[in-house]
Amino acid sequence: MTRTPAKHQAHPTRRALLATAGAAIGTGAIGGFPTIWAQNIKDIVLRHAGPPVTAIPAIAEQASKDLGFTVKMQASENADLLNRFLSQSSSIDCADVSIVFLKYLIGRNILQTIPVKKAKDWDKTIPLFTKGEYPDGRKASRQGTMPLNVLYATSAAGDKVTDGTPTEFLTGLPTVTNADTLGIRPDLMSRPVTSWADLLAPEFKGKAALQDSPTVGVIDVAMAVEARGDLKYGNKGNMTKEEIDKTIKIMTEVKKSGQFRSFWGSFDQSVNLMASGEVVVQSMWSPAVAAVRSRGIPCTYVGLKEGYRGWGYTLGVMKHVSGMQLDAFHDYMNWYTSGFQGAFIARQGYYAAQPENTKKFLSQAEWDYWYGGKPAATDMLNPYGKLQEKAGVTRDGGAFWDRMGNVAVWNAVMDEDRYLTRKWNEFITS
Amino acid sequence: MSGQHSLHAPFLGFSRWPRLAFPNIRLTPAMVSWLQVGPLALVLIALVALPAFLFLAVSFFDYDRTGIYPAFMLDNYADLLTTPATLRVYVSSLKLAGIVWAITLFLGFNIAWFLVFHVRNGMVRTVFFLACAIPFWTSGIIRTIAWIPFLGRNGAFNQALMSLGLTSQPLEFLLFSDFAVIITYVHLFTLLMVGPIANSMAKIDPALIEAAIDAGASRFKVMTNVVIPLSKTGIALGSILVFTQVMGDYFVVRQMSGGQSASIVSMLSTEIQAMQYPPASANAMVLVVFVAVMVGCMMRIVDIRKELVK
Repeated sequence: MTRTPAKHQAHPTRRALLATAGAAIGTGAIGGFPTIWAQNIKDIVLRHAGPPVTAIPAIAEQASKDLGFTVKMQASENADLLNRFLSQSSSIDCADVSIVFLKYLIGRNILQTIPVKKAKDWDKTIPLFTKGEYPDGRKASRQGTMPLNVLYATSAAGDKVTDGTPTEFLTGLPTVTNADTLGIRPDLMSRPVTSWADLLAPEFKGKAALQDSPTVGVIDVAMAVEARGDLKYGNKGNMTKEEIDKTIKIMTEVKKSGQFRSFWGSFDQSVNLMASGEVVVQSMWSPAVAAVRSRGIPCTYVGLKEGYRGWGYTLGVMKHVSGMQLDAFHDYMNWYTSGFQGAFIARQGYYAAQPENTKKFLSQAEWDYWYGGKPAATDMLNPYGKLQEKAGVTRDGGAFWDRMGNVAVWNAVMDEDRYLTRKWNEFITS
Repeated sequence: MSGQHSLHAPFLGFSRWPRLAFPNIRLTPAMVSWLQVGPLALVLIALVALPAFLFLAVSFFDYDRTGIYPAFMLDNYADLLTTPATLRVYVSSLKLAGIVWAITLFLGFNIAWFLVFHVRNGMVRTVFFLACAIPFWTSGIIRTIAWIPFLGRNGAFNQALMSLGLTSQPLEFLLFSDFAVIITYVHLFTLLMVGPIANSMAKIDPALIEAAIDAGASRFKVMTNVVIPLSKTGIALGSILVFTQVMGDYFVVRQMSGGQSASIVSMLSTEIQAMQYPPASANAMVLVVFVAVMVGCMMRIVDIRKELVK
């Protein structure tokens, strides 16, 4: 049932597979793929579900080519995706699971654990995920849903996670991460933006926007409220009822004063608000900033002194996957973190959790620009080969660890999420 | 219903034809009726009644982040009816529905009147009807979003106003406001008024109007004493269509108010996004009951069924 024959796949012979693997080794990229050699490997299909920003068909095509079995990408967004995990997990085999979603999935018999020893590049995975600390030993912020706190399962069954203590069993293999901040239109403002408090600054009245979601929207406002000095939170990513009340009260006042031009619900809405100049400061995603810039419109993903809102994805495997398909998944997971995918998404501004591997698939100029924080030595192209940045430009926020090393809070589901949803509805209708 | 059996059975020829497929079965009038309502009844039961029953059941369930649990608790309804958000959103939806109803009724009535009574040439009338309908061949989403670049701060309308020297600054209220929501509703829903009203008006015998004029009625009297009473089925049908569309809307409010105001359904959607199905179900049930009561009241004013069989 789970091994659907790939009817349209060009049937690779074992010889062709060896050649492909050889070619991969030849380019100095990766070695040892694929490790399963059965003749019917070509009949294996892995259905990979994820959000549109990471479940990219071009990545599946390359994986199918390199691995000899078929990977199919299926993209859907937010609640739709989570819903598929919760109610139709047998219709997918593996998935990009956001750290936040893990809170919903653990203990529901949806994901199976991944033994750490199966992860070939585990030692290359950034310590921010594996140990909750930076390479220089500093401890990372524990506000919000910190990756470390949902990464290690207490047992192979995976129905519980540890409080961050490493075990042999992963709920998912860390893959993608980034640090989010505010996007601004520097050409439409008279002064630099340096603090989250500027989201609420009166001079941007009628020109600010928020993401229309209780989880992210409230955390962004909490960053601003705390920066302004109105409130001090215990944990912005896990507020108490009292903190939620106070935050929503401030938000409502700000909304009534006409601060917000709009709340955006989708990627393209956020791009259009910024590109049309309706909004000059808003919570935003990195690829959305890139999309505005690629239209030749100045838009900065500005680093702020209070730090970033971090997030991450893991690649998880569904409980029903077994036997040769499971072997195929382990190969795929190791391929996925071995650089091609990381390089692909680097060109839209995301980071791989295994940056060393990504480096092999980026040119020196690309590595220096996207990860090094150096001025682009050549024109930078986006994943689809279109001009993204002209030579000479430097990435906002600087080098990888300048950004990822300054996470103030993680995207989160709060313990009081039920209360928060109610209060958010009151805020939106006010 | 019973009166129709004798009419329909012979008309459909069941009494003469069944020999072909079922040589020994003669269909009684009751069976014919069941066969006639059967397909629609099945569709309605499967796609309306069962889901509605499911929502009703779930609306009493307990829930947490990871699941929903069968229970019978009234908390979801208590939460819904005690939050100020509910009252606000119903008041604002009713207000929008009222304004949109009034505008679409005025426009729809006049357009229908023009099409039916002023355009004499059947060909020209068809062309005009098509001109009304063709924009609806594109999706409502496109017709909604198309307003955004037009009404925006740097949009076509603001630039036109400023280059004509009528305003010195862009008008901010044009987009992401109630104004924008109403404009879009009117654009989307006026045809829902035009259709039924024109249909009613087309059934009015022009001789009636001539007779009224001959009897000395003013144009106004003709309107209030002849045309409006005879079009009231269309008016009621159009009103129900517009009203239910506005009350059930999610997309237009979200897009055109820039998420600044909520509709009943967008509130429900926020709950679904947070995986909170029981309160979303309770919300849906209250909306269904509310709209049903409102439509029921409209039906009391105009007995549509009676009018339709005339």
